[in-house]
Amino acid sequence: MKGFILSFKSEFYKSRKTLGFWAAILLPLLIVLLVFFGFWAHPDKTANLPGVILWMAYAGAISNVMGILLLPMYIIFIAYSVNSIEHKADTWKTLFSLPISKWSVYTAKYLYALFLVFLALLLFYLFTLGSGNLLAMINPKFKFHDYNINVFLGEEYLKLFLASLGILSIQFLLSLVWSDFLKPMGIGFIGTIAGIILVSTKNDYDYLLPYAHPLMALGSLIKHNNAPVIGIPVLEVDLFTKEIYVSLIVGAAIYIIGFFIVQKKSVK
Amino acid sequence: MLGNKRKSVVIQTEGLSFTFGNQQVVKSVSLRVPAGSIFGFLGPNGAGKTTTIKLLLNLLHADSGSIHIFGQEIKANRIAVLGQIGSLIEQPAIYAHMTGRENLRNRALLLQLPHSRVEEMLALVHLKTAADKKAGRYSLGMKQRLGIALALLSDPQLLILDEPTNGLDPNGIIEIRQLLMKLVHEHGKTVFISSHLLGEIDKMATHVGIINNGEMLFQGSLEELEAMSKPLVQIEVGGNAAEAAAAITSKGHTVADVEQDTLFVDYLSKEQMGEINTLLNQKGYVVYSITKVQKDLENLFLDITQKAGA
Repeated sequence: MKGFILSFKSEFYKSRKTLGFWAAILLPLLIVLLVFFGFWAHPDKTANLPGVILWMAYAGAISNVMGILLLPMYIIFIAYSVNSIEHKADTWKTLFSLPISKWSVYTAKYLYALFLVFLALLLFYLFTLGSGNLLAMINPKFKFHDYNINVFLGEEYLKLFLASLGILSIQFLLSLVWSDFLKPMGIGFIGTIAGIILVSTKNDYDYLLPYAHPLMALGSLIKHNNAPVIGIPVLEVDLFTKEIYVSLIVGAAIYIIGFFIVQKKSVK
Repeated sequence: MLGNKRKSVVIQTEGLSFTFGNQQVVKSVSLRVPAGSIFGFLGPNGAGKTTTIKLLLNLLHADSGSIHIFGQEIKANRIAVLGQIGSLIEQPAIYAHMTGRENLRNRALLLQLPHSRVEEMLALVHLKTAADKKAGRYSLGMKQRLGIALALLSDPQLLILDEPTNGLDPNGIIEIRQLLMKLVHEHGKTVFISSHLLGEIDKMATHVGIINNGEMLFQGSLEELEAMSKPLVQIEVGGNAAEAAAAITSKGHTVADVEQDTLFVDYLSKEQMGEINTLLNQKGYVVYSITKVQKDLENLFLDITQKAGA
């Protein structure tokens, strides 16, 4: 356990000056800022909407961009970046000749990648809430204060996070085995496009493809049925849908397979 | 008695073999590295040196054979064994986006060592002034010195260094040599150092192992290696050296080589040297010098590796 904590700290120490780490902060900041200025500059289009619709428009603008393309791409990049630090410096051999178990080295790296995905999504959540409330303060026509979206939005990002685990495990393993960017990037890109096609054509087996999970997670959020007021949807998150189970199972299975590959792998 | 013997051998391998694809790169290597020695592991490029080192560090898994380090079997005691080893394999593994000091601090963090140790190492390898420069901008020699600092950071009992003087200038080589000798003589460490140049390590090595095509061709102390070479009588003569050689041969001595005005005759005894001297004087050749010489180690090394290759 000590070896794991030390390895995790070392992952942070190594990456804190790289784009891999800063992307987790800059990506949410940038996208939220863009949407924020979009709303701020054109208050006529959205101001005076009911709170719940306004939040849906605002938070949806941010999370839809994420879920469709950016989140899978970001995961591909993060999985590459934590592994490429060692590929580039030719340091796998040093990492595995330290008096630290291979399990610790591998798990610390995997969980650090997971942490970066979590951090990015957490910041998306916080920045969305913060900037929405800021917008309401700057221009009272924005009725963000009429509706409290905190719990719903939190659950939405939690669901996105859970939906990321399958992709993360696959991409992590690809980037661990291959040192170049093109192979994992290419496979990840094809997977993502396939996911979009499967979901948009409502294929029955779309939930089996991890790359489709973020998009599916977003699609199942809003229920228009049983709405007490017509035209005002009820926002609730069904956290554990079947694609989330698949994501968790694929994530765990590939993490374990990856560990055995690391155990057996000869370090050239 | 047996326990004692065990202790005095730091690295012990039996029948170590390893195959890459269908090419056997290490063939039944049995190493014996005594405690407190500087063991020069020699062989031409591609002889299997780096592969053997990776086997010793458990980075590669042997097809057959066993490895004991400090008397402990490596696979069963991986972490305990690796905790006592500092290593540098091939080109030093350095994070280019971090400074020299950060590279050492990262390792210190992993090994739970104080920052003061990092500063000591920077001073030791003369990288204090360049400590805050990105390691990617270091010269090859500076990278090599940082690699050595990383290997020494944990103050390990055993140092395994793969061609550590690669890219160093002559001064740098001398410094590393003095440092390693100090570590062994004053701090009782053991150093296992590979090289493809005998000349680089014969000034410090106490023991030598020679490997070629994955096979150990020689293993023993430097004295034992020297003893393998037949001594010669080197004679510097005035006049026609070839004729002088013929005169010596006619008296039953074996001339090994003739170079300009110098003859080499197989050495038998002091009396033989006197005989040759007298003979040449009688025949009218001036003898400027006559001495017993040992074939130099570099040639011996070439002999051993080439003989096996032929």
